[in-house]
Amino acid sequence: MLKTFPKGGIHPPENKLTADTPIKKMPVPRVVYVPISQHIGIPAEIVVEVKQKVEIGQVIARSGGYVSSNIHAPVAGTVTKLDMIVDTTGYKKQCIVIRTDDKNESNYQEPEFPLIPEIAMAPEEILQRIADFGIVGLGGATFPAHVKLHVKADKHLDCLIVNGVECEPYLTADHRLMLEKTDEILVGIRILMRALHIERAIIGIENNKRDAIERFRERNPKGSGIQIAALQVKYPQGGEKQLIRALLGREVPMNGLPLDVGVVVHNVGTVFAIYQAVQHNRPLMERVVTVTGKKLEKPSNFWVKIGTPITDLLAEAGGVPEGTRKIVSGGPMMGKALKSTDVPVTKGTSGILVIPDDEASRGEPRSCIRCGECVDVCPMGLEPHLLMNLTEKSLFEKAAREDILTCIECGSCSYVCPSHRPLLDYIRFGKSITKQLQTKSA
Amino acid sequence: MSDQPIIVSASPHVHSDRTSKKLMYDVVIALIPAFLVSLYVFGLQALLVTGVAVLSCLLIEYLIQRYILKSAVTIGDGSALITGLLLAFNLPAGLPVWMIVVGSLVAIGIAKLSFGGLGYNIFNPALVGRVFLLVSFPVQMTLWPTAVENNTTLVDAVTGATTLGLIKEGVQFGQTITELSPQIPSVTSMFLGITTGSIGEMSALALLLGGLYLLYRKVISWHIPVALLGTMALMTGIFWYVDPEHYANPLIHLLSGGAVLGAFFMATDLVTSPVTKKGMVIFAIGIGVITVVIRLFGSYPEGISFAILIMNAFVPLINSYFKPRRFGSKIKVKMV
Repeated sequence: MLKTFPKGGIHPPENKLTADTPIKKMPVPRVVYVPISQHIGIPAEIVVEVKQKVEIGQVIARSGGYVSSNIHAPVAGTVTKLDMIVDTTGYKKQCIVIRTDDKNESNYQEPEFPLIPEIAMAPEEILQRIADFGIVGLGGATFPAHVKLHVKADKHLDCLIVNGVECEPYLTADHRLMLEKTDEILVGIRILMRALHIERAIIGIENNKRDAIERFRERNPKGSGIQIAALQVKYPQGGEKQLIRALLGREVPMNGLPLDVGVVVHNVGTVFAIYQAVQHNRPLMERVVTVTGKKLEKPSNFWVKIGTPITDLLAEAGGVPEGTRKIVSGGPMMGKALKSTDVPVTKGTSGILVIPDDEASRGEPRSCIRCGECVDVCPMGLEPHLLMNLTEKSLFEKAAREDILTCIECGSCSYVCPSHRPLLDYIRFGKSITKQLQTKSA
Repeated sequence: MSDQPIIVSASPHVHSDRTSKKLMYDVVIALIPAFLVSLYVFGLQALLVTGVAVLSCLLIEYLIQRYILKSAVTIGDGSALITGLLLAFNLPAGLPVWMIVVGSLVAIGIAKLSFGGLGYNIFNPALVGRVFLLVSFPVQMTLWPTAVENNTTLVDAVTGATTLGLIKEGVQFGQTITELSPQIPSVTSMFLGITTGSIGEMSALALLLGGLYLLYRKVISWHIPVALLGTMALMTGIFWYVDPEHYANPLIHLLSGGAVLGAFFMATDLVTSPVTKKGMVIFAIGIGVITVVIRLFGSYPEGISFAILIMNAFVPLINSYFKPRRFGSKIKVKMV
């Protein structure tokens, strides 16, 4: 039996259309739009001016505090504007607009990155490098990586978990990265093990990515302390708490962090970015994005410069197909529907999914028939039907007592509800009000 | 892009293809084998009772929603159809048509719509209808036509007692099980359904087939049927072991009356049963115990309808006591 987490979870159709499509480089965009808030935490502070020339990899916005991150110029060019633009979250964000200098060769001649297996840096240097080079969690949460790696003295850390689960349907960015950058990721893991002073790491990969599992097992040197674990395919196994439970049998306490059970979790994409930063002096300026959809002409995986408009990506994948009614940034379970494609790729953009008319609308909500499906699938042991009910009646204190705040918003409840009830919509709303009430009373 | 505006909604953006309507029609499909058996043994009378019950349930729901509640009409969702079928399955063949209509009115009008319609009812509507008829018209409701193989008549000739009725009465009049045994149908005929009883409760075999289909389609889980039938078997087994001359053996109890119909189709009604698996087991054990107590010591020979209704009332309480364990609560931090 393959490992998995015991409570809840679903298995939506995988639809990994681009699993066998090698990652292709997107052409360098003519203009990039770089938001200064691409991570969880304090936005970065802009350190460039309009009309200023910038080099590739130059810091253009500096970390605004501890939980924040530097932002680097993804292209060489000229800052043309500092503007408010809507990003993938749907909110207007401060943004640095850079016009690519098409005469600057550094834009078009990428340096080669031969594998460097030897790690020269000391642990403190590695942590500093990760902070300086703008590395944030690339799995989607975009939490600044250096904050996660800072282990307080009273915590006992013994294992690094590398998240190669990619449990969202459609997305294959991590899958392709694992296949194409296997050795680099393995070195990246060793870099992290060194920085964290630990001897043990596990890569968790769902069993629908057999080739990646085999490739890692082949390339993993003996005695590396790195274990490659195949997991049963089940959503939301990529959730930190579910993954730790699946791999180690440890349960992160309610309201706790992975560190409370001696674990730090990083996504494979983040690990690769850390490898690039530490071994090749490359700040985080690009990432892999899956552009996919059943009707799309050329579903693809792309290496994309941060700040590239999503319109460009869709054009490169054959254009938005006829009859598209919804465009999602991220996967179908947790991604955000976009109002327009004129938004840039940010550090957290793992995929773009175009959904045709017949799959874009929700079913009409009907009465709850108390079938208990939502309770069965909730990986956090919550009762979504009850939480929705309490939120509907504005009973937020009761909802708090029913642990509404521990919901990870995976959407499994809304996915299975046979009455098409918007469970997660209500729970999100209930969460935000409950949080507000708690801050007020605190 | 199409001319229609783009849709912006919150995640998730995909949905499982299961709908409550499909669940309902799965239940209807699962009832087909038992219905066929009833046609075989009760002939056109079974068809008449079932037809009247289904049509009157649909019509009453339509009329009430359309003219009294002035709300959306939901007779297409399959739930009124199921109520009609299950009500018919719990009635004797040959019941006067007007009584069936009264039963449907009570089931749909009182037990379902006055509580707020599908999803809001506390009690199983079909059972409320049946119990209302049973206490209002005890004579007609216990006039059981005897099963005739390959029945094609509309008028019933012979009526007889149900197995449970036979035993109850016999034991009350001082007879022992051994003395009664020539009248008790064989286990095989009870399993196949060539005995006497309500239209749909006859054939354990047909009901099991339907039940397995529901389990396979994941409309129900095993918890309620197994816990309910297990409790009944255990309890009747203890009494039978202690005094086999006054108490029938567990097999007779499981195969007669509404045990199998109740366990797979009535107690598992999604709306009126608990939400968690733990809760379901408690609920089912409660039904099993009450059923056996009524059968052995009550004044009615069969008690599963009452037992289910009584436990229906406890469902909100069960739901608030037997909650799933929250992730990250009540754990000892385990280091590997």
